[in-house]
Amino acid sequence: MVPSTLPDGDPVPRDGALPDSAHDGLGGRPFGFYVHVPFCVTRCGYCDFNTYTATELRGASRDSYADTAIAEVRMARRVLGDVVLPVRTVFVGGGTPTLLPAADLGRVLEAIGKEFGLAEDAEVTTESNPETVDPAYLAGLREAGFTRVSFGMQSAREHVLAVLDRTHTPGRPQQCVTWAREAGFEHVNLDLIYGTPGESDADWQASLDAVVAAGADHVSAYALIVEDGTRLATRVRRGELAPPDDDAMADRYLAAERTLGGHGLGWYEISNWAASEEARCRHNLLYWTGGDWWGVGPGAHSHVGGTRWWNVKHPAAYASRLAEEATPAYAREVLDDADRRFERIMLELRLAEGCPLDLFEDPSAVCRAVADGLLVPEAYEAGRAVLTLRGRLLADAVVRDLT
Amino acid sequence: MPPVPNTNPAVIRNFCIIAHIDHGKSTLADRMLQLTGVVEGRQMRAQYLDRMDIERERGITIKSQAVRLPWRDHVLNLIDTPGHVDFSYEVSRSLEACEGALLLVDAAQGIEAQTLANLYLALEADLHIIPVLNKIDLPAAQPDKYAEELAGIIGCDPSDVLRVSGKTGEGVVELLDNIVETVPAPVGDPDGPARALIFDSIYDTYRGVVTYVRVIDGQLSRREKSLMMSTGSAHETLEVGVISPEPKPVENLSVGEVGYLITGVKDVRQARVGDTVTGASNRAPKALGGYEHPKPMVFSGLYPVDGDDYPELRDALDKLRLNDAALVYEPETSVALGFGFRCGFLGLLHMEIVRERLEREFDLSLISTAPNVVYRVVMENGEEHRVTNPSEYPEGKIGMVYEPIVKATILSPSDHIGAIMELCQGRRGVLHGMDYLSEDRVEIRYTLPLAEIIFDFFDQLKSRTRGYASLDYEPSGEQESDLVKVDILLQGESVDAFSQIVHKDKSREYGLMMTAKLKELIPRQQFEVPIQAAIGARIIARENIRAIRKDVLAKCYGGDISRKRKLLEKQKEGKKRMKTIGRVDVPQEAFVAALSTGSGTEKGKK
Repeated sequence: MVPSTLPDGDPVPRDGALPDSAHDGLGGRPFGFYVHVPFCVTRCGYCDFNTYTATELRGASRDSYADTAIAEVRMARRVLGDVVLPVRTVFVGGGTPTLLPAADLGRVLEAIGKEFGLAEDAEVTTESNPETVDPAYLAGLREAGFTRVSFGMQSAREHVLAVLDRTHTPGRPQQCVTWAREAGFEHVNLDLIYGTPGESDADWQASLDAVVAAGADHVSAYALIVEDGTRLATRVRRGELAPPDDDAMADRYLAAERTLGGHGLGWYEISNWAASEEARCRHNLLYWTGGDWWGVGPGAHSHVGGTRWWNVKHPAAYASRLAEEATPAYAREVLDDADRRFERIMLELRLAEGCPLDLFEDPSAVCRAVADGLLVPEAYEAGRAVLTLRGRLLADAVVRDLT
Repeated sequence: MPPVPNTNPAVIRNFCIIAHIDHGKSTLADRMLQLTGVVEGRQMRAQYLDRMDIERERGITIKSQAVRLPWRDHVLNLIDTPGHVDFSYEVSRSLEACEGALLLVDAAQGIEAQTLANLYLALEADLHIIPVLNKIDLPAAQPDKYAEELAGIIGCDPSDVLRVSGKTGEGVVELLDNIVETVPAPVGDPDGPARALIFDSIYDTYRGVVTYVRVIDGQLSRREKSLMMSTGSAHETLEVGVISPEPKPVENLSVGEVGYLITGVKDVRQARVGDTVTGASNRAPKALGGYEHPKPMVFSGLYPVDGDDYPELRDALDKLRLNDAALVYEPETSVALGFGFRCGFLGLLHMEIVRERLEREFDLSLISTAPNVVYRVVMENGEEHRVTNPSEYPEGKIGMVYEPIVKATILSPSDHIGAIMELCQGRRGVLHGMDYLSEDRVEIRYTLPLAEIIFDFFDQLKSRTRGYASLDYEPSGEQESDLVKVDILLQGESVDAFSQIVHKDKSREYGLMMTAKLKELIPRQQFEVPIQAAIGARIIARENIRAIRKDVLAKCYGGDISRKRKLLEKQKEGKKRMKTIGRVDVPQEAFVAALSTGSGTEKGKK
C-alpha cells in the first residue's frame, strides 16, 4: 500500500546512487522487497493509494508492467553493489496485484531471486482482492513461490461494503481463506476496516466474528481514515455520510482486541493480530524495526541505512524513467540521528515488544506516561516502554509527549 | 516666500461640522475644498481630510484638522471634529475653537444620538448653528420630514434648514455664503499676551508634533518661544502656519486665526488637546478654561500571540503614544497569556483603533482580554482598592464596590422602544425619560453601568432596531453595586485571563456562558478536564471536556513513515504554541475566541 501524496525531499542522482552512509552495515540488517502493483478495476471511494484504473493509465500498460518492475529490480542490484544481500521478505501490494496474471507476479519474484537470492525461509506475500482470485489462481501463486496471502475483506456486512465501494459479496473472503489453505498457503491474512459511515457496533462485531470463524492466522484491522481528495471525503463534506466518530472508533478497537484476543490472535502491532510468533508478518516487522527494503513500482518507498526515497507516482512516468535507465526515484531524505531516534520511537512503540527506555531523553515524561496508564509498569521496570491498551489508542499522543 | 499678511478678524469665519459617521461630512468638506479653489479637481482624493488608512476605510474621522478656505474676500476656517463618542472631549475642544457649527444630517436618516449630543455641546459653547440636510440627491431622502425634525430640535423654522448634496455639489455655494453671513467673526484682544487653544496635536515622523491651534488673544509668532500653560514647559518655536490644505508657513497667527505650530517636541503629551499656548517671554496670566486630562474609561490586557514579540509590542505602544495622548499602558503578566500590557482607553472605539493600528502598522498578532471598567473596592476595614484588572480584585472581606455609570441617550424610530427598553433593563439600566423628536422618532435617556455597554451593547442595540437606533453616552460618576468576581478554573486552576467582575445576578449567566464556550474551544485532552466557574470557593457552573480516547493513525507501513514523522513533528510544533495551564493545553485561538465580545449564549437566545 502506497499513499498517493508524496513527501517533499532532496533530489536523487540520475543513476540512483545512494549516499555512503546508506551502504554502512548493508547486509547486516534484514533486507526485503516491496513490489507495488498500481492497478485497480475501479477506484474505491475511500482509497487514496497510488493506483490507477484502465482509463487513468494514459499509455502505461498492465501487460508490460512485470518487465518494467524487473528492470527496477536489476537497477537495485547495480545501486546496492555486490554485497551479499539475501532477501528475507517480499511483499506485493497495490492496487490490486492479483489483476496481473500469477505468472507475471512469479516472474518478478524470480528476478528478485536471481539478482539477490531468496533466503531459505523467505516470506513472500501478496495482497489480493477476494473477487479477483479462484483456486487455480491461488495454486499458481503458490507454485510461483508465494508463501502468504492477504485478502481485503474489510467487512462482513453488505451495506458497509457498499459504502466502501467494495464489489465482493459477503462470505467470499472466508471462501478465499479455505481455497488458500487448500492451495498450500500456511499463512493467510484478512484485512478489516472499522468505523465506516453506517457501520454499527453490531455490524463490526459480526465482521470480527466472521474473521475469527474463517480461520485466518493473521488479522489487520484499520480505523477508516477519510483522506482528502477521495470521493468519500467529498460525500462526508456534503453531509451525505456521517464523519467517523473517534469515540466509536475507540470502542470498535476495544471490541477487536476482545474478540481477536479471545480467539488466540494476539496483538503484536497496533493494528495487527497474529495466531503465533510465526504467523506475524515479517515483512511489515522490517518496516517497524529499521530493516532495509527496496520498494519497486510507481510511488513505492524504499529505505536503506537511514536513506528513504520514493519513486515517481504515475506508471507512465515510472516506465519511461526506467526505459532510459534512469532512477525512477522522485526524491529522498537522508535521516540525521535525531530523525532516526524519532522514527525508532514512533515505529517501535507501535509494537507489543515496545522500545528500550534509553531512546528517551526525558525520563520524567516516561514516568508520567506510566503513571497516566499509557505504558505498562512491568515492562517499564524491565527497561522497556510498552503501550497499554489505552496507550495503544493514544499512541500518537504518547510519541509526541515522549519525544 | 512673502509673508502672508495677518488676517483681519472681521473677515474670518471659524466653523465646524457636527455630523454622524456616515452622514457625509467628509464628502461635503471635499466639495468645499473644491469650490473655494483650494484643491483642484484632479488632485482631489476622496475625503481629502481623512489622512489615516483606518479612517479612510472606516469612513470616520479620528483626528480633527483645520483647513483655511478663501471665499468671497473672507477666510473660512473649517475645523474638522472627531465623530465618535469616545472622543467627546476632543469634540468639545474643537467646538471651543469655533464661532459656528454646521449641524449636518443625512436627509434619508435623520439625526443620530451622537450628533444630538454634540449639538448640545455646541449650544453650550454658544455657537451659531446652521442646520443642513445632506444627501438630498438620494431617492430615499425625506428632506421635508427631517427639516421639520431639525427645526423642532434647535427651535428654528423648517425653511431655515439648508439642503445640500455633498456628492453633486448642489446647495454648497449657498451654504458657504450662509456661513459668511451668519457666523459671527471672532473677537479677542489683539494687543494682549498670546493665548491660543490647542484643539488637536498630531505626531509626524518628520516634523515631530504638529499642534493645531486657534488664537484667542494676541499673536503667536515664530520668533518667540511657546509655552504650554498646563505644564509650564517652554519650547523653541520652529514654525507657525496655516493649512490650505497643505501646510504653509506664516510669520505669525493673530486673533481669530486657525493654524498650526511646530516646536520640535516628540510626544503629543507635551502639547495636549485643550491646553493653552502662550508666549514664553510675555506669558498670559490665565489659561483658557476647560482643560481636562484625558481619563481612560476602559481597560484591557494586550498580549502578543507569540511571546517573543513582547519587545516589539512595547516599542509599538511607545510609538503610538507619541500620537495618542489618551493611551495609557503598563506591563502586566498573566499566568495564561504571559507578558503583555494593561492598557487604558477612552472607550471601545479607541480600544479597537489602537489594537488595529498595532496589528496593521506594526504587524503584530495580539490577544486582548475582555475589556473592563475601573472599580473602586472598599474593604470592611476601610482599605480602598482601585481595580483595573479583575485578577487584582482583592481577597478578604469586601465592604462596598463602586462602578462607573454613564448617562446614555438613544435615538430611534418609535417602533423599537420596546426592544430598546428590554435591552437597557437587561443591562441594569434606569430610565430617566423619553421625548418624541418628531411623530415617529424618539429620544430615550437611561443611566447604565459603563461595564454593561462595553461588551456588545452597541451591536445588540443595532440588531434589535434593524440598525436604526443610535447611541451616545457620557460619564456620570459611580454607583455602589452588588458585584462579584467570577473565576474560571481549568482542572481546578484559575485562568486569570478569564476572570471577570460582574453583577451578582448575572454571575451565573457569565459562568454558564464561559464554561460552555470553553468546552467547545478547548480540544479534548488525554484526561477529563473539568471547567468550572466560581465565586471565591463556591462553584456556580461546571462543564466537562471528556478525555480523548483515540489519537493514533491506524496504518504505518513503509510508505507512511516519512509522512507520519513530519505530521507528528508538526503536531508537536502546534503543541508548543499552545499555552499550558496546569496540564491542559489550550490553543491560542481558544483564548482569542473565548475573549471575543460576541458571546455565544447571547446569540443562542434568539
